[in-house]
Amino acid sequence: MPETFVHAHASHCESGVMSSLLSHNGLPISEAMAFGLASALSFAYLPFIRINGLPLVAYRMPPRAIIRGLARSLGLDMRFETFRSRSAGMERLDVLLASGTLVGLQTSVFWLPYFPPDLRFHFNGHNLLVYGREGGEYLISDPVGETTVRCARADLEKARFAKGALAPKGLLYYVAAPPVAPDWARLGRRALARTARIMLAPFPLVGVRGMRMLANRVERLPLADGGESARLYIGNIVRMQEEIGTGGGGFRFLYAAFLQELAARTGYTALEGLASRLVEIGDRWREFALAAARMIRGRDALSTPALAERLRALAADEKLFFQNLNRAQRAWAR
Amino acid sequence: MREREVPQEGNRSLAGHLKAVYAIADDGKLRLVPSRGWEVEEIVTRQAVEDLEKRAIGARARALAGETSPLEYHMYRARMDVELLSQTTGLWRWRVRRHLKPKGFARLTLALRLRYAEALGISVEALGKTE
Repeated sequence: MPETFVHAHASHCESGVMSSLLSHNGLPISEAMAFGLASALSFAYLPFIRINGLPLVAYRMPPRAIIRGLARSLGLDMRFETFRSRSAGMERLDVLLASGTLVGLQTSVFWLPYFPPDLRFHFNGHNLLVYGREGGEYLISDPVGETTVRCARADLEKARFAKGALAPKGLLYYVAAPPVAPDWARLGRRALARTARIMLAPFPLVGVRGMRMLANRVERLPLADGGESARLYIGNIVRMQEEIGTGGGGFRFLYAAFLQELAARTGYTALEGLASRLVEIGDRWREFALAAARMIRGRDALSTPALAERLRALAADEKLFFQNLNRAQRAWAR
Repeated sequence: MREREVPQEGNRSLAGHLKAVYAIADDGKLRLVPSRGWEVEEIVTRQAVEDLEKRAIGARARALAGETSPLEYHMYRARMDVELLSQTTGLWRWRVRRHLKPKGFARLTLALRLRYAEALGISVEALGKTE
């Protein structure tokens, strides 16, 4: 199989894995399509989940949502296996590879030696593909890397069986039967409706309302320690938005690419204007990130109200955007 | 973001890797563009890494002064906190906290030392030292 597998560089690990996995099994699908059809775009501010003392801010649905969402909506015959014992998990991987199967894995980032040291945090929701094995080394296609890499057995085992939040428990997955091409328009419309519903949800921590909640929190950050904890707090928001795996602008550009591709594939041109609008919103997110970074470095004075104001403006923009998206989805003649 | 606006600033935190971002090409289509990094991302990534390094350096100084155990230093160096170390070792949090004190650490059995060393990805000998 190593000869036939084609590695593709992607912006996000999970959508990249699904794009390569399905393309390899005979259903060519881009990363953006995989991301959009799984309704992976989102926003959530979850103050009760803390990582190194900082709250979770997410610009997308939780890990595994893309894999499971696509498996459901495309009606894929996918198998998921987790393991109690490390050795059983590694043996199963070896058996699948020996039979020529392309295998997806959920892993921790921290224990993967090929990752840049500065990006090795204890995040367990990473996904990668294994396409072969040579002796004690696994041949890995990690979508966020520009080329394929190799990883020693002991390291991969550690990464697959890392503990903590989102522990992968050795999860591996593969496609058991060739997928069939779906009705893109029907699936696309459903995916748009789902994303609009989440972004406009009447719950305070999710979607547009989650952004407003976060804005209120940012505005009230304590500054008694000279702003050090406040700087860490806003740095964490920007990290979730811009770090590797987001495609920039908190996944907004990636979703815009999906809208554009869906418009081209189905001929529903109303989505093109929406894609352009979302690119503009993504640029606003990047301006927010730039303003925050300048304050973190002390190039500008720290002003939490100014950042909160930007977040509120973004919430207003996105509210309007997703209302329009929902309208376009309803007007989509079927 | 236009294709020519994609930052190529050579981030230290990417260590020579390229990350993929989406940007508008001249034909108006969004396309995957490899980026050598954006300074903004480097600032926030370094900020998080430096915060953990600061905690490790502080713990090391306190361990050398006998105020805490070397385990605390190794915990921060592995970018963990008590919660995560407890989950990784399968030990109760109160036990981990006890082992973070010099007295509790001195009483550790070899089996427990092995468990900590495995969880932190270091050797048992390294666990007792602060270098």
